[in-house]
Amino acid sequence: MTHLVRLDRVTCRYGSEPVLVNVDLTVSRGEFVGVVGPSGSGKTTLLRTLMGALPPLVGAVHRKPGVSVSYVPQTETVNWNFPVTVGECVLMARRGRTLPWPSRAERAEVGNILERLGIGSLERRHIRQLSGGQQQRVFIARALLRQPQLLLMDEPTAGVDVKTRHEILHLLDELNEDGLAIVLTTHDLNGVAAHLPQLVCLNREVIAAGKPGEVLTPEVLELTYGAPMDVLEHAGMPLVVDRYEPTNVVPLPRREFGAGGSA
Amino acid sequence: MSLHELLTPFQFEFFVNGLIVATLSGALCGLVGVYVVLKGMSYIGHGLSHAIFGGFAASALLGVNFFLGAGAWGFAAAMMINGVTRRRSIGSDAAIGVITTASFAIGVALIKRYGSGGKNPDSLLFGQILGVSDADVWLLAAVTVAAALMVFFLYRPLLFSTFDPEVADVSGVATARVDALLTLVLAASILATMTVLGVTLVAATLVIPAVVARMLTDSFGRMLIMATVIGALCGFVGMNLSYHLDIPSGPMIVLTGSALFAAVFAATGRRGLRRAGDLAHVA
Repeated sequence: MTHLVRLDRVTCRYGSEPVLVNVDLTVSRGEFVGVVGPSGSGKTTLLRTLMGALPPLVGAVHRKPGVSVSYVPQTETVNWNFPVTVGECVLMARRGRTLPWPSRAERAEVGNILERLGIGSLERRHIRQLSGGQQQRVFIARALLRQPQLLLMDEPTAGVDVKTRHEILHLLDELNEDGLAIVLTTHDLNGVAAHLPQLVCLNREVIAAGKPGEVLTPEVLELTYGAPMDVLEHAGMPLVVDRYEPTNVVPLPRREFGAGGSA
Repeated sequence: MSLHELLTPFQFEFFVNGLIVATLSGALCGLVGVYVVLKGMSYIGHGLSHAIFGGFAASALLGVNFFLGAGAWGFAAAMMINGVTRRRSIGSDAAIGVITTASFAIGVALIKRYGSGGKNPDSLLFGQILGVSDADVWLLAAVTVAAALMVFFLYRPLLFSTFDPEVADVSGVATARVDALLTLVLAASILATMTVLGVTLVAATLVIPAVVARMLTDSFGRMLIMATVIGALCGFVGMNLSYHLDIPSGPMIVLTGSALFAAVFAATGRRGLRRAGDLAHVA
């Protein structure tokens, strides 16, 4: 199998705070990998390292020569009021031509990608005037215009409803079947992670990596999240449930309200 | 007012020159202002115009050509602000506040202590469009052409790095260089227009056309064209009103833009307000 990107004992820091420690990860052609972990566990940093935006402090990032990597940011970080139409947004990723307007071929290519993603009729719409799923597709379209071999996505299903989540996963499955390698981060263990072929459990370091059935275990999840969880089986797939017990939680300092106190 | 009265000032060369300069200044500031507003750099624009005042005083003291002295000073201030902002070592607003206000204070101190070398500092503060020299006109024309060429040939990198700098960076756009170039063009635009519009009024001509254009369109390409046309229109109309109402040109150009903003704001209602909502920080 051809390696597209390989992280070799990578450590990254923001200031003096280590965010990734001794991470080994290989992404090969046609793989579909989910990265799960708590907030602040280094998921986005891992994506930034894979795409080359963040050089490691220690270790090495080996990229296949000429590999094309595209990135789809979290929709929460996008300025949805920025004055761009769907077509203008996708065309930002075009290469080569320096003129402000796209060539006929570029316009046709954008049209084809938008049609494939089911948003062909929305090219002239402003990006704010779209549903959550359509907005996600616009940024996938922009990423695809660069004909990537590896697609990195930061929480592509955050804040979308179940139907939209299914649509996005279905679309990503199709792209993956065409040979596109995908690495995505998610907080959704049951709705997204359990459906992916490969998972990486991350908490600054790689806690476990493998198929969902292998890594979604109570032991690995407690090491990853620092909280107890149970794993059931449903329709042949792991189903993660919280094991909330008051004795497991360090109580917050209690604040008295009422007589003599002020809120 | 009759047509004859409206056309009367066009027989004066000083007025026609002033009109050309006002229209060009408006178009230039309108074009560059789109990036200034969308990148949240309006405070940089405001600060740079004040910083360049320090360069004016220093060049007067040293007997250096105003454009060279103030230009070098402005570019240095712009690059310093750009560097501090990118490193995020301190907040960009704080960095701009310190660098540009200190520069303005140096300018005031030097003028008070050593004089202004024959130049009228008031005209630099508030603009003096009718006394523009040939050098002013040529500098303005050159900067306008340079800004237009930059926008034309770097349309995609500029748009990408304004909208989504991190993804632009990994998509092959040299965002650091694009930002530096934009800051330099902004400094050059301020330098070229400040003798016309004045230190205190340049920022308004950068911001108003872009905000009005944003209220009228959701397309980046159309916003660029509209802001340029609106800026030119405000310069042209403001200059004419300045002559007929006997009010200095700089304030009249800004007031024309403000009136247009109010009219568009009233006409577009909630839609315009929602579109310009993300630009609230520039008002």
